[in-house]
Amino acid sequence: MLSQLGDDAKLLAGGQSLIPLMKLRFANPKYLVDLNFVPGASYIKESKGSLCVGALTRHAELEHSAVSAKIPIIHDCAAGIADVQVRNRGTIGGSVAEADPSGDWAVVLSTLSTTISCVGKNGKREIPLDQFIADAYTTALEHDEIVSEVRVKLPAKHSGGAYLAFKRAAPVYPTASAAVQLTMEGDICKDASIALGCVGLVPIRPRDAEAALRGQPLNPSTLARASEAAERAADPQPDMRGSAEYKRKLVGSLLKRAIEIAARRARGEQVVAGHIYA
Amino acid sequence: MLENATKPKRSSRSKRVEEGQIEKVPITLKVNGTTRSVAVEPRTLLVELIRENLDLTGTHVGCDTTYCGACTVLMNGAAVKSCTVFAVQADGAELLTVEGLEKDGKLHPIQKAFGECYGLQCGYCTPGFMMSAYQLLSENSQPNEKEIRKAIAGNTCRCTGYQNIFKAIQAAAEGAKGT
Repeated sequence: MLSQLGDDAKLLAGGQSLIPLMKLRFANPKYLVDLNFVPGASYIKESKGSLCVGALTRHAELEHSAVSAKIPIIHDCAAGIADVQVRNRGTIGGSVAEADPSGDWAVVLSTLSTTISCVGKNGKREIPLDQFIADAYTTALEHDEIVSEVRVKLPAKHSGGAYLAFKRAAPVYPTASAAVQLTMEGDICKDASIALGCVGLVPIRPRDAEAALRGQPLNPSTLARASEAAERAADPQPDMRGSAEYKRKLVGSLLKRAIEIAARRARGEQVVAGHIYA
Repeated sequence: MLENATKPKRSSRSKRVEEGQIEKVPITLKVNGTTRSVAVEPRTLLVELIRENLDLTGTHVGCDTTYCGACTVLMNGAAVKSCTVFAVQADGAELLTVEGLEKDGKLHPIQKAFGECYGLQCGYCTPGFMMSAYQLLSENSQPNEKEIRKAIAGNTCRCTGYQNIFKAIQAAAEGAKGT
């Protein structure tokens, strides 16, 4: 159908970004293809060490799922996106396919090993998330392809993650956000994976911040080094949510707090975290 | 599928609108327990269907940008912002609007609590708040403070603030405890 309609067609998933964009005339598709009536596109299951999520799975379904109780960073994200009403409609597939630089899912999924399944006329493609998101609002999807599944490798034992996003109010996008996934060996951080949101055109991976933690005990000085490295890696734009300098500082302090929570979770502690309101 | 009418130059669609030939899509949905069949343009928003076609004007349009929550209704038991759903997407759905809360001339406990706790001033945002409260209490009859605040985070009140709204939802939950 998409190949018949050509570039004039847009896919409608949850519609919580696309419909507002159409009202503002930022999006002007001639045809909308509503995916909400496609059967079997919404599911959450585990298979071969991976978490498989159907593209049409709503944020609210993930929020209340058994999986999100098991992988807290998924809950941090799913339970804090916008508000109840938006989470009841918005979908994980729509979120990654939109590739909004301020979106939540891509940041969280970047810290986990994530693959996006795409289906089109020429069959199925499996694309790692970092290659899937090419630029702001730009993905590797062809115009006649759709996202069918988001697949996440289940985190290793003794690992813990956390996602903190700072927002002025529930229905708006975050000002800045930080996601971290740690694997601990006793008090030493064996591996760290970090992504920063809203401070670049795509989720920023501060490799120096990850290196600052790897093989180190998590103490105030390693945390400070990681947070400084994250501030250097961030490339924020000033806008109505704050100046570039403010966002840079904010993302560094969010990361510090996220690391502390992730480390506690890696030790098996139950810690409530997620979006923080101004 | 939806054709868009916003091209600056005169599109074939706007011509057809003028000629009154815009293709309408028949949909059937259950609204507050009653089955209704209507024909709507593909671009019609759910809130427009509710207010203009079904004449249920209790559901309000505040911001029309997915922010304020004044248009909140329940679609298949889930609170949605009806300004951000197309009417055709509600084909086959069950809707509950603020008008559906009252039963046999008796106010719903949530409605009574909003009145008794002065959970409103101008009343514009109230239907949306009550529908968000309805979804919360239908899933969680004894919510704590944090859960109440989270449930109404997608609703905006611009006159009275949130304290009495919060108290009203607490009171509605308390009131339901005894029944």
